[in-house]
Amino acid sequence: MATIANSMFTAETAARFDSLATIYPVKRSALVPMLLYAQDELGYVSEAAIQEIAQRLDLFDLDVRNVLSYYSMLRTKPAGKYNVQVCTNISCMLRGGYEILDHCKQKLGIGHKQVTPDGKFSLEEVECIGACCWAPAMQVNYDFHDDLTTIKVDAILQDYAEGRGKDVR
Amino acid sequence: MPMLVSHPEEVISLKRRFGQGAADIDKYIELDGYKAVQKAIAEGPEWILTTMKASGLRGRGGAGFPTGMKWSFVPKVSAKPKYVLVNGDESEPGTCKDHVIFLEDPHAVIEGTMIAGLAIGSKLGFIYLRGEYRYLLKIVEKAVADAYAKGYLGKNIFGNEGVDFDIITQTGAGAYEVGEESALMESLEGKRGVPRIKPPFPAVVGLYGGPTVINNAETIAACPHILLMGGEAYAKLGSERNGGTRLFGISGHVERPGVYELPMGYSLRKAIYDVAGGIKNGKRLKAVVPGGSSCPVLTADEIDVGLDFDQMAKAGTMLGSGGIVVLDETVSIVEFALRVISFYQHESCGWCIPCREGTDWIKKTLARVYAGGGTKKDIDNVQYLADNMMGRTFCPLGDAAAMPTLGFVKKFRKEFEDYIDGNRAGTPVMTTEHDLVGAH
Repeated sequence: MATIANSMFTAETAARFDSLATIYPVKRSALVPMLLYAQDELGYVSEAAIQEIAQRLDLFDLDVRNVLSYYSMLRTKPAGKYNVQVCTNISCMLRGGYEILDHCKQKLGIGHKQVTPDGKFSLEEVECIGACCWAPAMQVNYDFHDDLTTIKVDAILQDYAEGRGKDVR
Repeated sequence: MPMLVSHPEEVISLKRRFGQGAADIDKYIELDGYKAVQKAIAEGPEWILTTMKASGLRGRGGAGFPTGMKWSFVPKVSAKPKYVLVNGDESEPGTCKDHVIFLEDPHAVIEGTMIAGLAIGSKLGFIYLRGEYRYLLKIVEKAVADAYAKGYLGKNIFGNEGVDFDIITQTGAGAYEVGEESALMESLEGKRGVPRIKPPFPAVVGLYGGPTVINNAETIAACPHILLMGGEAYAKLGSERNGGTRLFGISGHVERPGVYELPMGYSLRKAIYDVAGGIKNGKRLKAVVPGGSSCPVLTADEIDVGLDFDQMAKAGTMLGSGGIVVLDETVSIVEFALRVISFYQHESCGWCIPCREGTDWIKKTLARVYAGGGTKKDIDNVQYLADNMMGRTFCPLGDAAAMPTLGFVKKFRKEFEDYIDGNRAGTPVMTTEHDLVGAH
């Protein structure tokens, strides 16, 4: 069933899902994007989201879970409102990526894949994000922050803490 | 936001619209945009294929397969629909060139996709971007919508009766493995991104079982330029059997990291010392990973080599994705090798046992060596494991993990031995407490 009554998602996301289920030659192709957009709205892919997406794409919940567990960006538990992802792969590593990561750990008081008690931030050490020539780099949600120094990181985290940070959806 | 760089040694073809706001469709048109595809419609598929073959363009994703030849493998007549698939799942460590293409010239990717479609008789193309590139996906989505609004996509494109072409954009959700062509097709079909066994090759049985051309985003973006300047003229920009230019992302310990467009065959030494400004802070060069992290390392005295697929193969390494990562004398190769294998262990999809187990055991062994508990037999074991991964997996991820590992332990064996003996070269920047290299 392409469209469903009483979607758990906002009207905008539900409309996007209605469209996604129809544009591909085979509608299951919408699965990975749907999971990501669901996560963007909810902060994670919930049990209810899995069920609705399965229903929309005529799949079993198990099919959805099977795909969900493969992709590293998808999660089944909430992250912070701002998920700080610090790259430590080779190009970033050579230009201080680990220093940036350790600085974020200390500043936020949390480790890899942990969330601050107020739910505002989470932190992840991630593999290459494709910003090698502007290293060291990190992403906060989907936004890239390049050529980092610990001082720059402090300012960026401050901006997000005070609601001024860029947040592309 | 990525900073654009330039250097007088660059030969500009693909980058010619960078920095000029060409993501805007009117600007793109003003800069000769969508002329190549109209020429392609007028001249027909045979002309496109002949031009592409003459251009000597080889796949910019890393494998270096001749693009024109790849397209010509697609059967002319097919019961199932044919597809064009653009691989923008850029994930090879050291590689960020497609990032800049999507940002600066998304319409070149769209136009190239249409050209590939015309060449093989396909009416539907997909542009697949890695999930992390959300802001770029939005740029590409807008470009596609603008092209539809102008009648460049959809039915009867550019007013040509019966010539239809549609483009769907797609996002991944974090998986290096999906950059492999058959795994990308699985992902696009809404499945786990595990590779398919070949043959059959995608040109015969690809997406949804239909004949499919899959090309890297840079390869596709080069096509409009080739059709406008002519295949022979493009070929002449490069070296023998390696037509044209390509985007090299130079990163790591150089003074001016950035994405530079250099002719194929350009000297690696000059790329590092002239174009990228030499080694940062006046340090000495120790090693170079020449084409993304899967390429065997070159030592400081092996860099007098031309940057094309054949010369790099002769030098015992690969041109790969064009991501040149430069290491200065402060780098510990033991540490670097552990960081590289940790990536492949993290990204192995687990489908093929030699890759799943091999990456895990190499990582565990190198982590032990790095933490100070290694023996010299560990070096042999790492080499043995890597040797046994080579060529024994469905997709090249197993090789991509084994090849750099072999490069490190063979070329820097003495450094590994000294490390085990307690004489550690370089300055460490990580510890095994860090999550991606640790035994978590």
